[in-house]
Amino acid sequence: MDNLEELYNDIIMEHSMNSYNKKELKSCDFCEMGHNPNCGDEIKLEVKLNGDIIEDMAFTGHGCAISQSSTSVMIDVLKGKTIKEAKDIIETFINMIKREIKDEKELEKLEDAIAFKNISNMPARVKCALLAWHTMEELLNKKGE
Amino acid sequence: MDELKKDFPILNSSNVAYLDSGATTQKPQAVIDAVDKYYKTQNANPHRGAYSLSIEATRVYEEGREKIAQFISSETSSQIIFTKNASEALNLIAYSYGLENLKKDDEVVLSIMEHHSNLVPWQFVTKKTNSKLKYMYINENFELSDEEIYSKITDNTKIVGITHVSNVTGTINDVEKIIKYAHKKGAIVVLDASQSIPHMKIDVQKLDADFVVFSGHKMLSPLGIGVLYGKKNILENMNPFLMGGDMIEYVYEQETTFAPLPSKFEAGTQNVGGVVGLCAAIDYIEMVGYENIQKHEKEVVNYAINKLKELDYIKLYITPNESNHSAVVSFNIIGVHPHDVASILDANGVCVRSGNHCAQPLMRYLGIDSTCRASFYLYNTKEDVDKLVDSIQKAYKMFEKYLSK
Repeated sequence: MDNLEELYNDIIMEHSMNSYNKKELKSCDFCEMGHNPNCGDEIKLEVKLNGDIIEDMAFTGHGCAISQSSTSVMIDVLKGKTIKEAKDIIETFINMIKREIKDEKELEKLEDAIAFKNISNMPARVKCALLAWHTMEELLNKKGE
Repeated sequence: MDELKKDFPILNSSNVAYLDSGATTQKPQAVIDAVDKYYKTQNANPHRGAYSLSIEATRVYEEGREKIAQFISSETSSQIIFTKNASEALNLIAYSYGLENLKKDDEVVLSIMEHHSNLVPWQFVTKKTNSKLKYMYINENFELSDEEIYSKITDNTKIVGITHVSNVTGTINDVEKIIKYAHKKGAIVVLDASQSIPHMKIDVQKLDADFVVFSGHKMLSPLGIGVLYGKKNILENMNPFLMGGDMIEYVYEQETTFAPLPSKFEAGTQNVGGVVGLCAAIDYIEMVGYENIQKHEKEVVNYAINKLKELDYIKLYITPNESNHSAVVSFNIIGVHPHDVASILDANGVCVRSGNHCAQPLMRYLGIDSTCRASFYLYNTKEDVDKLVDSIQKAYKMFEKYLSK
């Protein structure tokens, strides 16, 4: 239970219930759908670029508190970053969840997304936390093609 | 009845409230012992060897078939086909019967409550044969109305697929009525008894179903053993589904003749240990008695429903007609996603399923993504319900202040 209450903390709850990032952009350059067929979670990410910089981002969709808040926090963290920086942050987040980060200092660049660190103690929920990050990774990879 | 829990080692050692028997049941010591004894003293490849151990394995396997035939009142044991689960049995029917017999403009009629296993195979065969796939929808009580049944099953209907009990809503369908009407219209009926046979007596002759399928693991037996019952003349006219060893008569370079029933449908070495476990599970169920199982489940399930109804933030997805409701209770905490609820329940030692329960079309029809599902069986007690309700209250408390009113 302790782990769980740590996980369902204010950052995650606020972002999951009433996220200001949950909306559609007036105009966007790229969008990508992500879903977990086993649980039915679905998100749509929208990205507006200014040159190499992620100028604006938003999401729509539905899912559990973990998937929704993870998406919203990711948007907060990635907004204003360059594509290169974003890719690096995404990789760090995924590695944090997989417990593959040796140097805790590396996690600083994740800002609020560090709130999801303990999800690695709940294997059943890992895919919820990763949905948005994998979807964004996919979007950025496609953009490079 | 509350003493039964002691027979289940996993429930004794872990002290969880196990409320996911609709997915799979826990196994009593008697079943574990029977399987253990088989592998320690009787194991060999059945139907193969001339030596006594193989003959013993064959005896155990074929006596198991007899036992299951009696258990569901099959005319003969040759109509009992072993599969790995209900899904494989349903695929067998779809491929070996559906694909061969459906023609353009024929109709397959399913209920919207079907598990994906009695739905996806029919999508495949109706597309392949250019036949039509139609659904009977449920009303506001999560039940199929007579009008719905009579309007959807028509003279063009050749196959009706129906689950006896919904794995999401727990609705008990009036399958006798559906079977009678389907036969009047010249259709055959595939009955999915996976969610019913753990809780109620199935008499295939009384039901007059053309096919009946179920999984052993939902009725106390080990994983990996399922049963297909079919009417003899139908099974005899069907082609094999899987081909290989033990299902043949003569094999030439270019031609093969097939073995008679039931071997025709049982390719390869079969799961004798699973059959042994299933037989021990039947013994256990018969020892307790379906009447006692139902009486006990009714008490526990009604207690759960009444407790849950007291919480104004809970939405239940069950019929108000108690006599049409089995041992499955789907619910949601309004505004909270079922996966979050299930995680919090898990942290409190309560096992429930959350998700779409392999019934996406039903979820879409109900306008929801998913539900939490507590499903009960003979070993559950009112204490399990109390644990469930306590942990639901805890989950709600965690979310309450964030819920936008």
